[in-house]
Amino acid sequence: MSHIQPSTPEGPAPHAILSSIPSDSHTWNLLFMQLLLSEQNWSVTNLGPCVPVEVLRDEAVARQPRLIVISTVNGHGCQDGVRLARTLRAVPALATVPMVLGGKLDVDGSKAATMTGELRDAGFDEVFVGGSAVTDFLGYLRRMAPATATERT
Amino acid sequence: MTIRPNARTGRFHDFMVAARRDRRLVVQPRMGFDHPAVMRSGLIATRGARATTVGTLTLDSFTRVGDFAAVDRALDAGTRLNGYPIVNYGPAFTRAMLDGVLGADFPIQVRHGSSLPGRIFEALIASGIDASEGGPVSYCLPYGRTPLRRTVAAWRAAGRGFAALREQGVEPHIETFGGCMLGQLCPPAMLVAISVLEGLFFARLGIASVSLSYAQQTHPGQDAEAIAALGSLAAELLPGVEWHIVLYTYMGMYPETRHGALGLVADAARLAAGTGCSRLIVKTAAEADRIPTIAENVEALEVAARAAEGAPPIPSGTDTGILDQARRLVDAVLGLSGDVGAALIEAFAKGYLDIPYCLHPDNAGDTASLITGDGRLEWSRTGALPIPRPGPARRDRLTSRGLLDALSHVKRRYDARIPPQPKEIP
Ligand code: B12
Repeated sequence: MSHIQPSTPEGPAPHAILSSIPSDSHTWNLLFMQLLLSEQNWSVTNLGPCVPVEVLRDEAVARQPRLIVISTVNGHGCQDGVRLARTLRAVPALATVPMVLGGKLDVDGSKAATMTGELRDAGFDEVFVGGSAVTDFLGYLRRMAPATATERT
Repeated sequence: MTIRPNARTGRFHDFMVAARRDRRLVVQPRMGFDHPAVMRSGLIATRGARATTVGTLTLDSFTRVGDFAAVDRALDAGTRLNGYPIVNYGPAFTRAMLDGVLGADFPIQVRHGSSLPGRIFEALIASGIDASEGGPVSYCLPYGRTPLRRTVAAWRAAGRGFAALREQGVEPHIETFGGCMLGQLCPPAMLVAISVLEGLFFARLGIASVSLSYAQQTHPGQDAEAIAALGSLAAELLPGVEWHIVLYTYMGMYPETRHGALGLVADAARLAAGTGCSRLIVKTAAEADRIPTIAENVEALEVAARAAEGAPPIPSGTDTGILDQARRLVDAVLGLSGDVGAALIEAFAKGYLDIPYCLHPDNAGDTASLITGDGRLEWSRTGALPIPRPGPARRDRLTSRGLLDALSHVKRRYDARIPPQPKEIP
């Protein structure tokens, strides 16, 4: 898949794992997020759609990423997301790795602010929905930058 | 009652044969709700819409991937699903939900996007439903990570089981989803080829009533040419099978404004009517955002039916080579094996079939596409496809902005249209 693999950024780039939830097969969102992250100088492992939580957990333990990004749009993001976060956070090695979720998370247009609380309680650091999701996420990445810059030296 | 060998009835099959005879475009929603009472009301509203309609049960994502425990958890917790969980509800429950709704005057199809559809076919057959949708490629590559080999085997088994309904006097119907392939940015010839190949796959399993799909893309003239090509190849390759063409309203990133969304479905209806398609699947004004309501579905059905009325025939226009490309793809695949399923697996392994921007591990990923200045969807790289190269292979680096621009081409065009002004009342 040469044309969609991001070229390796110059210098050691911080590593992110990108994944969907077990029930979601949409991939355009994943491709978009992969490109976006690599343009921000991240190296990305894109696990693709319909990722079983155990697969994500094992990949994360093995790769120890600086960031885990979950992207989903099928409307099951809240339900699958809560289980996913709890499973990952239960692993000591993954207890503090930054982990965010975004996309279209329920079947009503992701308007309910209530679900964000539940997702955060389950272990997500940030939840990005609606028209400003991408801008907000870019801001979040910038705020992370000091840590990643240190890592690079 | 004894059933004569040739006196099979299929609700969906018979309804479509009659509609085609009377030249009525059938319109159909992509509707699916988890709550049985809402699902039932949705079907009744579909039946009552001012249009010739058939009903749909669109299944939820957990059922699609076979996670029936997650369905149970959601039903227990009262969390909403994105479709109807037909397996967990069981046939008696679904029969009761459909009682007095499903009938010869209102057939129902199950749409599900499942790469391993065994349990779903068992459930729909036991629920008295005789029409579904899918295919060994089109329900695999865009729908997750199941290896193509497993999906082909699972669809072969499910297709045979469905075909066996014929021994009981039922004529089952299957629609290929091959005309969609990721919804967008897959050039028309590939959609036509996969649709025909999946139709043939089903015919060889003994299914005698199929529909071949094609999804509206970026340019109406190009779409008309593709639909004509699909008809030509189907006529050649599916003798003895009752088939029709079903058009999907645009399956990619959808306009978010009301006028844009309804304008696009109206254009799809004109395209369907003007090119002699028999059925149209609509999209609603809520498509860009969330699962549509019953009222939004009915609105889309009626907008489509109105637009189709008196739509002028669309000639297929200049030949840009879609039929030729599609024929080369089909011939190359069928040359690989006498068994269509085996040929499809081999074709993806060799890159004879290769879907642009598809992340599935069994897709070679050496092709790419672009939208030309005049709005046509063309190959920019053909990899190992057995078709003429479109010129020197372009290796423009894909960026997030470039991708989003291509994905939102249709959306931007329709959202930018001037909305119709309400007439002033003097
Ligand atoms: C193309 C498409 C498909 C294709 C997908 C092919 C593929 N392999 O990807 C097909 C036809 C196969 C498909 C299938 C289904 N689909 Co679909 N699909 C779409 C469609 C039309 C376009 C998606 C697209 O191209 N997006 C382009 C990308 C770039 O945009 P995006 O996905 O919205 O992502 C953006 C933001 O959400 C955000 N974002 C996303 N993730 C993240 C993560 C982070 C961290 C951040 C910051 C931001 C972010 O950034 C992106 C850029 O702005 C949308 C509706 C629409 N948007 O018009 C429906 C839609 C997403 N699908 C939907 C559904 C429900 C399904 C199905 C379950 C079938 C069904 N019941 O209708 C199945 C999926 C099966 C499964 N197992 O889940 C629903 C989801 C409903 C909801 N959330 O309320 C939608 C909204 C349509 C609808 N209104 O019903 N689909």
